[in-house]
Amino acid sequence: MKSYPIKTKPFGEYALLIEWPKEVDERILKDILAFEKRLRAEWPDIETVPAYNSLTIILNDDIASTYDLSIKVHDLYHSKEDGALNLEQYLWTLPVCYDAEFGLDLKMVADHLNLTVDELIAKHTGQEYTVFGIGFLPGFMYLGGLPKNLEVARRKEPRMKVAKGSVGLAGKQTGIYPQESPGGWNIVGRCPVPLFNTDLKDPCFVNVGDKIQFLAIERAEFDLKKIEAEVGIYKPKKVVLHA
Amino acid sequence: MLKILKSGFFTTIQDKGRYGFRHKGVPVSGTMDDLARHRVNTLLENSADCAVLEITMTGPTLLFENDTFICLGGADLSATLNNLPIDNYHVYKVSEGDILSYGRLEKGFRGYLGVKGGIVSQEVLKSSSQYQPLTEKSCIVDGEEIEYSTTKMYEPKLTDLKVENYLETFELKADLGPEFELLNEQHKKQLFETTFTISKENNRMAYQLEEKIDGHSISMLTSATLPGTVQLTPAGKPIVLMKDGQTTGGYPRILQLSKTSISILAQKKAGDLIKFVS
Repeated sequence: MKSYPIKTKPFGEYALLIEWPKEVDERILKDILAFEKRLRAEWPDIETVPAYNSLTIILNDDIASTYDLSIKVHDLYHSKEDGALNLEQYLWTLPVCYDAEFGLDLKMVADHLNLTVDELIAKHTGQEYTVFGIGFLPGFMYLGGLPKNLEVARRKEPRMKVAKGSVGLAGKQTGIYPQESPGGWNIVGRCPVPLFNTDLKDPCFVNVGDKIQFLAIERAEFDLKKIEAEVGIYKPKKVVLHA
Repeated sequence: MLKILKSGFFTTIQDKGRYGFRHKGVPVSGTMDDLARHRVNTLLENSADCAVLEITMTGPTLLFENDTFICLGGADLSATLNNLPIDNYHVYKVSEGDILSYGRLEKGFRGYLGVKGGIVSQEVLKSSSQYQPLTEKSCIVDGEEIEYSTTKMYEPKLTDLKVENYLETFELKADLGPEFELLNEQHKKQLFETTFTISKENNRMAYQLEEKIDGHSISMLTSATLPGTVQLTPAGKPIVLMKDGQTTGGYPRILQLSKTSISILAQKKAGDLIKFVS
């Protein structure tokens, strides 16, 4: 695997930021995640937050100064052994019901993009999206790869309440609201699978680097999947991604 | 049990916070003023991680239903035990039927109540810190009962702690943030020379400030943020993220407050003044 010119920057007393070239690029993301795996094997007690072109290391106990850590990080990165580490990455198929009851802005967005509602759904479900980050809210995924002809401005008036599971479009982004929250995205559908569950050891099944594809489902199926998900018998479909 | 007769303005259960889930978008939470929690727990000879009550601005009225020892810390909220004034950072014995209540906010903004052995509350993702929607409720409510273990005998090694008082400190010590170098000289000068006023928009997620500095058009890709990260919006508004703050953000991270400065800021309310120092 290719090496990138990485930069480290101290981020306060107890964190270190590592930056890759400022590009939205899956190869960079993969390099970040492979390096994250090596770092965590080296220092099991650190927290790491990967996103787009950066990896932040957070030291919860003052195990080292960020200066010492920075030197070790550079050494470790450049002593990279050949043969990529096996990252466990998945393509998740997430069902979405584009029923008018859930897709509050679906018709308006389709009109605005000069598409029929069916064409919009076909384009939105015809794409694999890469998870470039998880943040903003617990379980909120930053997805990359939205087709250019689905780009639409945020709503002028944000809603005070967007329902949990709502699927939205805004600018170059699409995503799912993991909890009920205020929001300014255009809502086109709803996903019945909870993206965040505090009862599980890993509360969010998706990881940065995974891919997401949406699958259009009917209203009756939405209700069924929602019940199945609530009682824990529905598991979203996943396929292992090969590097 | 600790019976909540009146819950006060905003009283929450907080421990050291929820670690290990930031990569899934989970804020750290935990006490806003870690220094106060640490001191209270130290006096009670609790582990530093023990859960305490965080009491914001207007305190609750609490009825103790079993014997224990308590210690208050943080803001000065004119607390009384059975109508007799009590001090911060002092261990008091409380008996079944005792009532702790709070009066006027004198200094600071957030008070802490520690109980011998800690407050016992259900953990969600390894922490009992209240943060909705992870925890069922965002704060404690009237009539609720909170668990703690009974302690009849305890001889504290230290009954009183004379501590450095930071409630009226207005200088916040900060390291330069990852995007500080992208600011121009005017920004940098304004950032350290302006006396900022705490806005009404201040809570456990973030503190906004009234004064703006020059706007900017620095663009960056979304990246991690921490409690104490000072972000600068394109309009030039500094926002200080606090314990329930989001784990990633897209605004330049211009400063990073020291741990102590997060405690100092946690004791500020709308209208108070602060200054950043490097």
